[in-house]
Amino acid sequence: MTGAACALYASRAGLDVIVVDRGPVAGGTTGAGEGNLLVSDKEPGPELDLALLSNRLWGELAQEFGEAIEYEAKGGVVVATSPGSLTALEHFADGQRAAGVVAETVAGDALYALEPHLAPGLPGAVHYPQDSQVMPALAAAHLVRTSGARLLTGRAVTEVLRTTDGTVRGVRTHSGDIHTPAVVNAAGTWGGELATLAGTSLPVLPRRGFVLVTETLPRMVHHKVYAADYVADVASDSAALQTSPVVEGTAAGPILIGASRERVGFDRSVPLPALRALAAGATRLFPFLSDVRAIRSYAGFRPYMPDHLPAIGPDPRVPGLFHACGHEGAGIGLATGTGHLIAQVLTAKTPGLDLAPFRPDRFPEETP
Amino acid sequence: MTDRPHLAVIGAGPAGLAATVAAAAHGVRVTLLDSAAAAGGQFYRQPAAELRARRPQALHHDWGTWERLRGGLDTHVKAGSVRHLTDHHVWFVERRADRFTVHALLGPEQEDPVAVHADAVLLATGGYEKVLPFPGWTLPGVLTAGGAQAMLKGALAVSGRTAVVAGTGPLLLPVATGLAAAGVEIAALVESADPKAFVRRSRALAAQPGKLAEGAGYAAQLLRRRVRTFTRHTVVEAHGTERLEAVTVAALDGAGRVRPGTGRRIPCDTLAVGHGMLPHTDLAETLGCRLDGMNVQVDGEQRTDVPGVWAAGETTGIGGSALALAEGHIAGRSAAARLAGHAPDPREWAAAAKSRNRLREFAAALDSVYAPPAHWTEQITDDTVVCRCEEVTGSAIREAVTELGAGDVRTVKLLTRAGMGWCQGRMCAPAVAGLAGCRLAPSRRPFARPVPLGVLAHEHTHPTERGSS
Repeated sequence: MTGAACALYASRAGLDVIVVDRGPVAGGTTGAGEGNLLVSDKEPGPELDLALLSNRLWGELAQEFGEAIEYEAKGGVVVATSPGSLTALEHFADGQRAAGVVAETVAGDALYALEPHLAPGLPGAVHYPQDSQVMPALAAAHLVRTSGARLLTGRAVTEVLRTTDGTVRGVRTHSGDIHTPAVVNAAGTWGGELATLAGTSLPVLPRRGFVLVTETLPRMVHHKVYAADYVADVASDSAALQTSPVVEGTAAGPILIGASRERVGFDRSVPLPALRALAAGATRLFPFLSDVRAIRSYAGFRPYMPDHLPAIGPDPRVPGLFHACGHEGAGIGLATGTGHLIAQVLTAKTPGLDLAPFRPDRFPEETP
Repeated sequence: MTDRPHLAVIGAGPAGLAATVAAAAHGVRVTLLDSAAAAGGQFYRQPAAELRARRPQALHHDWGTWERLRGGLDTHVKAGSVRHLTDHHVWFVERRADRFTVHALLGPEQEDPVAVHADAVLLATGGYEKVLPFPGWTLPGVLTAGGAQAMLKGALAVSGRTAVVAGTGPLLLPVATGLAAAGVEIAALVESADPKAFVRRSRALAAQPGKLAEGAGYAAQLLRRRVRTFTRHTVVEAHGTERLEAVTVAALDGAGRVRPGTGRRIPCDTLAVGHGMLPHTDLAETLGCRLDGMNVQVDGEQRTDVPGVWAAGETTGIGGSALALAEGHIAGRSAAARLAGHAPDPREWAAAAKSRNRLREFAAALDSVYAPPAHWTEQITDDTVVCRCEEVTGSAIREAVTELGAGDVRTVKLLTRAGMGWCQGRMCAPAVAGLAGCRLAPSRRPFARPVPLGVLAHEHTHPTERGSS
């Protein structure tokens, strides 16, 4: 998704773009994503600024692409499960409002007017109308197609070509070299490997997540609904399983239940406990789901960075190399802003946001 | 009793039954789980008891083998060494440190959960029918060939009066004779394979005199009933408004393309169509078993590469009931020995191993002979529904491939929803692979069947266990 957005904005900035992927379009984490365009889960700071920029750009793309990318400005509802957590949630929302987020506290009947099937007796929630949704695989495919970029799928990059002074001059693939003066690393969870190929380092780690998908239902859940402890999970450094359900209905009918988080490397086996925890969380929020059947689940590997911020911008260690990866679970949402900023730095414009917090070389060199 | 090692066998078709009887006869306590109300699987599907069938064997060949298996099962159930759990729909097999938990839903509602703990698991989950789409295939009156046979065996009747049996594969002949015996007029038997291919593979095929005799028997019955048989022909369209009224059948050229101008319309109210079988591998995949193409990979003892997991029958490769019996027997013997803590002596099952080798060669020869027409995707029109669950048409899939860069089943699914619905692509994946121009590859399905979230949310610890196994 991030690569597709970079391709779109770079080509609109007048650049000639080639998209190279070792798999198909949306074959990595994009194809396993829910398509969350969230501001609600971000605390004030550089990531929220990027999310607000991205949110605005997604709104523009929605005008252009219409239903093809299944954009839906459905809004988010963050539920407090105890009076104490409602207080914490309201305090959190105050900070977000100051940063430009629209957040409305809802309680009692107002909450159940938003989501009639929520469990009874919940103290309250915060409604975030800016939270939106796209279908990530469709969005990636349509952005690439509209960009006019040359799309080379099934081509793995085996080497980043550099001149004797270390400047990037293209990439080598198993079926030929591609010469370009700039290379954008949008390899997501595998962005660390690409950085290594370019002779530098980027600490991108996989963080596994599962999403449960139910049978098709009439619309019973209208927003992205999740419990307040989600916010704590995102900022957590714990490697233990932490599950907080994001429950949402989709235009196509199924309900998606997502956001388990584990740092277990690239393990694709199916652990029943993680799926049980998702189901338990979802049925606590929406008791009617107990009788609804899960028909599948899918796993993805979020690109996780030690400080939970992506790497965006030029790599001062390798001239000509730009990074656009490490967005953890927010990559779909942050893709537009990232692509826009990358296009600005590629064309030597001043980026619309300060890129200092996203500097790729902000981490100490790894000592192998 | 409960200190004896415990094997869970999933599937009570030929492979599962043979494995159960073999393992129980060698000192293992077996729990046999199956979704049907009676043992037999698809092959030995039994008519419902209330129908009081006088001669159920008329619809089955090799009835003696079935009676021996059923007798063996009954004996072990009475002796307490086998527990047979009917109406148990297994949705997940969980591997823990040193044991397995089989999670099932009780049928027919499939709402109440059951968990069975076992020291080892034997997967005999069988196969399912492959059907390739064509215009009109969703009309009422169009059945799968296997579905028609299941109706005959289970209900002793089908609704239609005039049937066309079409597609490719060894199932078409018995389906046609079975329908004819049930009083249905067979308007045509349409097989896309080329009879010359049988001649080319005659050596491998002739190595199985029993199998050839079986085929010849069906062919003789059809001849006696004067059934029109078209080889190197295919159904290009099913016609009808409310339900099926006729089919158009056309000849194929040497390259597997429909020959223009050869179409003929055959009135019928039933079309039984099938294009071979695919193995059920969902449970094996969630356990992490290695697959070989579409099949669960096993060694000479029918062991998968996951310790404690055996597999036998169609799930390890489509090969028919005789092969399933041989594999099940070997798997059951191997599991019994390994669970008792010693390596088995393969000489004890030498006869089964010999017939397994011959039958695998035979299956490979059949597989090379029976094939859908090479250019069958040309028959899918833009408005032909390919994925029935999500109602995705041929044009939507073609657009994903040509316009959006999808070249594999997963990407087509992501871009069109084909295969995302209730059946999880079991039905449409071969067709989507054909349209995308890629090989059919196994798709991961974490749940072997849909499971209520309320069941998933709770760890159930009150299984139908006897003792504290």
